[in-house]
Amino acid sequence: MSEATAYVLLADGARFDGIACGADRPAVGEVVFTTSMSGYQEAMTDPSYAGQLIAFTYPQIGNYGVSAEASESDRVHARAAIMRAAVNREDAPGAERGWLDWLSDGGVAAITDVDTRALVRHIRDAGAMKGGVFPASVPEVEARELIAAEPEMRGRDLARAVTPPRRTVLEGPPGGPRIAIIDTGVKLSIVRNLRERGATLELHPCSADAGELLAGDPDAIFLANGPGDPGALDYIVDTVRELVGRRPVYGICLGHQLLCRAVGLETYKLPFGHHGANHPVKDLTTCRIEITSQNHGFAVLGPDGARTIDRDEAVRWETDFGAAELTHINLYDRTVEGLALREVQGATVQYHPEAGPGPHDARYLFDRFLHEISAVASH
Amino acid sequence: MPRREDLHKILLIGSGPIVIGQAAEFDYSGTQACRVLMQEGYEVVLVNSNPATIMTDPEVATATYIEPLLPGPVAQVIARERPDALLPTLGGQTALNLAKVLHDDGTLARHGVELIGADYEAIDRAEDRERFRQTMTDAGLRVPRSAIVRTVAEACEAVAEVGLPFIIRPAFTLGGTGGGVVRDEHDLARLVERGLAASPIGQVLIEESVLGWGEFELEVMRDRADNVVVVCSIENLDPMGVHTGDSVCVAPQQTLTDKQFQALRDQAITVIRAVGVETGGSNVQFAVNPATDEIVVIEMNPRVSRSSALASKATGFPIAKIAARLAVGYTLQEIPNDITSATPASFEPAVDYCVVKWPRFAFEKFPGAEAGLTTHMKSVGEAMAIGRTFKQAFAKALRSRELDARPRSPADDETLLDLLARPGAERFDHVLEALRRGLDPAEVHRRTSIDPWFLHELADLARDPDAPFAGERTFKSVDTCAAEFAAQTPYYYSAWERPGRNGTPHEVDRGRRPSVIILGSGPNRIGQGIEFDYCCVHAAQTVRELGRDAVMINCNPETVSTDYDTSDRLYFEPLTLEDVMGVCALEQPEGVIVQFGGQTPLKLAAGLHAAGVPILGTGIEAIDLAEDRSRFSALLERCGYRAPPYATAKSEAEALQCAPKVGFPLLVRPSYVLGGRAMEIVYSVEGLLDYLERVGTEPGAAIYLDRFLEDSIEVDVDALCDGDAVWVAGIMQHVEEAGIHSGDSACVLPPHSLGAEMLTRLRRETAGIARALGVVGLINVQFAIHGEDLYVIEANPRASRTVPFVSKAIGLPLAKLACRVMLGTRIAELGVPAHTANGHVCVKEVVLPFDRFAGADSLLGPEMRSTGEVMGVAPDFPTAFAKAQAAAGAKLPDRGTAVITVADRDKPAATGVATVLDNLGFRIIATHGTAQAIRRMGIPAEPINKLGEGSPHVVDWIERGEVDLVVNTPVGTGARADGYEIRAAAVARGIPCVTTMTGAIAAARAIAANRRGDPEVLSLQEIHA
Repeated sequence: MSEATAYVLLADGARFDGIACGADRPAVGEVVFTTSMSGYQEAMTDPSYAGQLIAFTYPQIGNYGVSAEASESDRVHARAAIMRAAVNREDAPGAERGWLDWLSDGGVAAITDVDTRALVRHIRDAGAMKGGVFPASVPEVEARELIAAEPEMRGRDLARAVTPPRRTVLEGPPGGPRIAIIDTGVKLSIVRNLRERGATLELHPCSADAGELLAGDPDAIFLANGPGDPGALDYIVDTVRELVGRRPVYGICLGHQLLCRAVGLETYKLPFGHHGANHPVKDLTTCRIEITSQNHGFAVLGPDGARTIDRDEAVRWETDFGAAELTHINLYDRTVEGLALREVQGATVQYHPEAGPGPHDARYLFDRFLHEISAVASH
Repeated sequence: MPRREDLHKILLIGSGPIVIGQAAEFDYSGTQACRVLMQEGYEVVLVNSNPATIMTDPEVATATYIEPLLPGPVAQVIARERPDALLPTLGGQTALNLAKVLHDDGTLARHGVELIGADYEAIDRAEDRERFRQTMTDAGLRVPRSAIVRTVAEACEAVAEVGLPFIIRPAFTLGGTGGGVVRDEHDLARLVERGLAASPIGQVLIEESVLGWGEFELEVMRDRADNVVVVCSIENLDPMGVHTGDSVCVAPQQTLTDKQFQALRDQAITVIRAVGVETGGSNVQFAVNPATDEIVVIEMNPRVSRSSALASKATGFPIAKIAARLAVGYTLQEIPNDITSATPASFEPAVDYCVVKWPRFAFEKFPGAEAGLTTHMKSVGEAMAIGRTFKQAFAKALRSRELDARPRSPADDETLLDLLARPGAERFDHVLEALRRGLDPAEVHRRTSIDPWFLHELADLARDPDAPFAGERTFKSVDTCAAEFAAQTPYYYSAWERPGRNGTPHEVDRGRRPSVIILGSGPNRIGQGIEFDYCCVHAAQTVRELGRDAVMINCNPETVSTDYDTSDRLYFEPLTLEDVMGVCALEQPEGVIVQFGGQTPLKLAAGLHAAGVPILGTGIEAIDLAEDRSRFSALLERCGYRAPPYATAKSEAEALQCAPKVGFPLLVRPSYVLGGRAMEIVYSVEGLLDYLERVGTEPGAAIYLDRFLEDSIEVDVDALCDGDAVWVAGIMQHVEEAGIHSGDSACVLPPHSLGAEMLTRLRRETAGIARALGVVGLINVQFAIHGEDLYVIEANPRASRTVPFVSKAIGLPLAKLACRVMLGTRIAELGVPAHTANGHVCVKEVVLPFDRFAGADSLLGPEMRSTGEVMGVAPDFPTAFAKAQAAAGAKLPDRGTAVITVADRDKPAATGVATVLDNLGFRIIATHGTAQAIRRMGIPAEPINKLGEGSPHVVDWIERGEVDLVVNTPVGTGARADGYEIRAAAVARGIPCVTTMTGAIAAARAIAANRRGDPEVLSLQEIHA
């Protein structure tokens, strides 16, 4: 067995050795795992992973190389890739680069040959925690200090780190709806799905105020996915609170959490989050089950502050803006996966209907949202 | 939606005998389905002709009918049992086809039987090529360009549109029977004709070739609420052009991007909805052009399949079990995931390992057969391996195959590369060799179209085969969720990992109870099949009943033994000493059971013993005593029993020298196993010379010569011994005379023509041998009765192939009883009756795969070639034999023309057969010599020409379809006796062909029995009540 050239160290002292295969530098942050079996490049470029190191539970990573079309943003946001059997195949059909070359060139730390299952079982039992990937040359004492210096995920505003500096507009065909997006790190798949349905998109920095967001007279406000703790984003929550009831508001993932906070609901941190492509979610309006792409560490509390909801029912509970109705529930752990506001226009989902990576079962939600938007717009 | 309350009794149809393309996977899925339905409180009626299955154990269903899987007997069962519903999706193509016939002929409607699982329309849309194509096109999916043809002329016309090369796919066949690839006009007529003959409706699809494209399969499930999940993706390493059953496969898929994979997933969901399978599982096959992203749908099976069994074992998601629950009304969400017990079945498994499946072939058993791999499946079994990485899994799968000899590659690189271009059984051995020699993976890709990712991985493996196994062995769980939730179900595989700070802790919770390890039988192969898996499952059940943890080690994904419900802990591992010792080190078992899995575990016994692992039951000393010819011979002598004269020669010269002393005819075989083309009967010195020349011998290796007792009756005895007391469970008389491998011979229990005195001697000698060997557990002894003399042929101190048959025939679970004895129970404490007669006669018949091996002779001989077996039960021998023949697919004609052409020594017996057939109104035709002999007895027989005597000759008669029954025994001593073309023509046309005189006499009597009308159907529960 070749000698270890890098290691993963967790805040609680658990250590897993492996072989360095990316940029030769330490990387620290929150260590999370994803169970998705494909879409490694999508994951690394997903801004929602900012501040996190991704452990891939699927062992073979890099098989089909990387290509421009698989990126979910303009750069890598995850801080490191932790893998069992990474390869650098540039001769795969359709590959533009080798995976490991791409990581190294992007300055991204990566480690392979790690017993990722042992690591994942540790996180599953102990909860997601801070940690890092370190070259073997970095002494553990030093590594521990680096980890200690990294702020906790709880209470952390990472939206500012990924949001664009200024507004951009992506014009759609004339007559389509105009949607203002609070860009807390929107995935390109979301942009693509909205544009494919004829929308014109305004992408705003997350610090935009209500006036700026309404300046272009959008038909709806869309709250994007993004990294970090929704509890640390009160400035966005306040903005959203001003918009609810004035325009239809929709949100995905972090956007879902922000809208919920804006109407007075609470969010909390999950033990190790949902990251993968196989969680069953039930749409309580159609009673259909969809297999979903998931990537979040925080969730919204249900009625009476409950973390889980026992029955498959479209339960309603009060918010500052009237009733909210549960529209989607996670069948794995029965957490809130989506809700709709019944007295004002607004609906959100916790998971990722845009996929990228993951199944396409929930893409109908974009149709549903846009249908509602155009119904309102035509009045 | 809860379970349906309007259903009370459900009929399930099994898949019948093990044949190529339809094997033990349907015992796995059928058993799961029966158990689930019973647990749900339904009455379950099961029809399956295969006694070597767990599903036909009497406690698995309410009523179990071991009857032929033909419309007549199944209709009788329906009339008798009046089920509310028929679930046809768990018994392979056989059950699906049968359900279709029973719908078409009105039986289901007449008795008010509802098809559940897949309705008639869905089955038809998936199975009828033209409708399937239309359904896909309407759903916006691309299928290969194709045309349906019913004649060769139509095929010639269609080529203009479809292009060359094209694929032939006959309608309504299993495992691709009659399929093939037409590369040029030259092959066209021959291959299209073969395809048309194979299709029961005389229809084939000719289809645009997507040779070289990537081949992918998705296992999909759908419930009544229209929820769909994709359980697993499977990628074939062999690109399109090789049947998926013959391909090396990996799960999950490795080479597609997320976008490409999601496109396949979307299409698979569209397919199951469009075909309209409302509840249950389906398998959808795609071809993907990696360069252009083009996807075409190849086919879908609206039922559980070999691939669904593989997917279930690969992911821990039990497709058949869930399919059965869906069929009675549950939705996916209402069914818990066994493995996590906390989450519902409405999800898609995430795996954190790789699974590789290797097919196991048996070409060496069929000299002369075309050995290339095509769309027509030829493998007889498979091994699966789980590893943390692709390389670990691939290497484990390699050793799981248990090949007798490592395939040899040509020394010359160019020849090797040329060989790679033609897919064959050893293709990946040659690929590894090419890569080991440093040949460029890009060149290998050019020759094979194998995806470069695999070739790079294999190149690493070829360069350093041990690298994936650096680190420490640790056992990890198969948990459906990549460790996201804690697993409850103990299903493990070994992984090699870099040790952590505290070593590499196992995930196995060993508990405190003593454990017993049961070694399975590995991949199915000819001679070692489902019968042994049956015994291993019984052993696991018994070990649990006796308060120990049952621990199973096996690597065959088709089987019930590798269902995680069967044992307390399942280790999916290769059956090599090293791998087994890895489990022993962790388990510290009370003992290991090696007698139930055939030769595979027996070969490990000595090594385990030497390593200090206790072997339960018969010790290794007894195993050696039985296997060592001279020691065993001395033992017989001490007991005063006879054995046929034999000699062991150390060279060809010595063989020729001692042959006359032993006496002709001789059964001759080399001591080393050379893939099987080894054992033959020779009648003279010339014959022996010819044999030695053809087979060749390795210097220093021994040649065994045994006197062959011509025209003797062979008998198999299965018995139980506790080291002292012996209980004879069953005495089986072979229908074919000695010289036919016991595994290929039909047999009858109780014996139909042995006297009381002979039976007593058989019991006495069996008991004597068992005691002398010191057997604790099962023993099988083979005898030959020659005149008044009884000869011992061999003794095997282990479970034999006939254990399940005997168990079903006598109504007592022989393997379970043996397991009790091995764990210390005395025979006197078992409470077994001294005699096991129950007034019924049971006949075991075998099925042979000759239709798969064009070019091979269909003659029975001392080399086993059958893949499976069936059982016929009736109050008398001829009826039971007739049922067994029908069940084996050799449906005997009740009228018509019989052609008889036999060797001189068989002519007296042939006249007897002719007499019976003549009385039954058959027209008899015979080659000149045979005709003359028959006419001498006053029976009319029309003489016809032999093959060499000009047209119209005997083969012309058969090919013109004017013959309904062929009786042909081999003439001469060469490998290819004169009858070869006759038998080949009969096999090609599906005409029953009997190659032994005793078989012919039994057949004639069975035809007479058939004439008396449909025999009664009886359930096992009634027979043994």
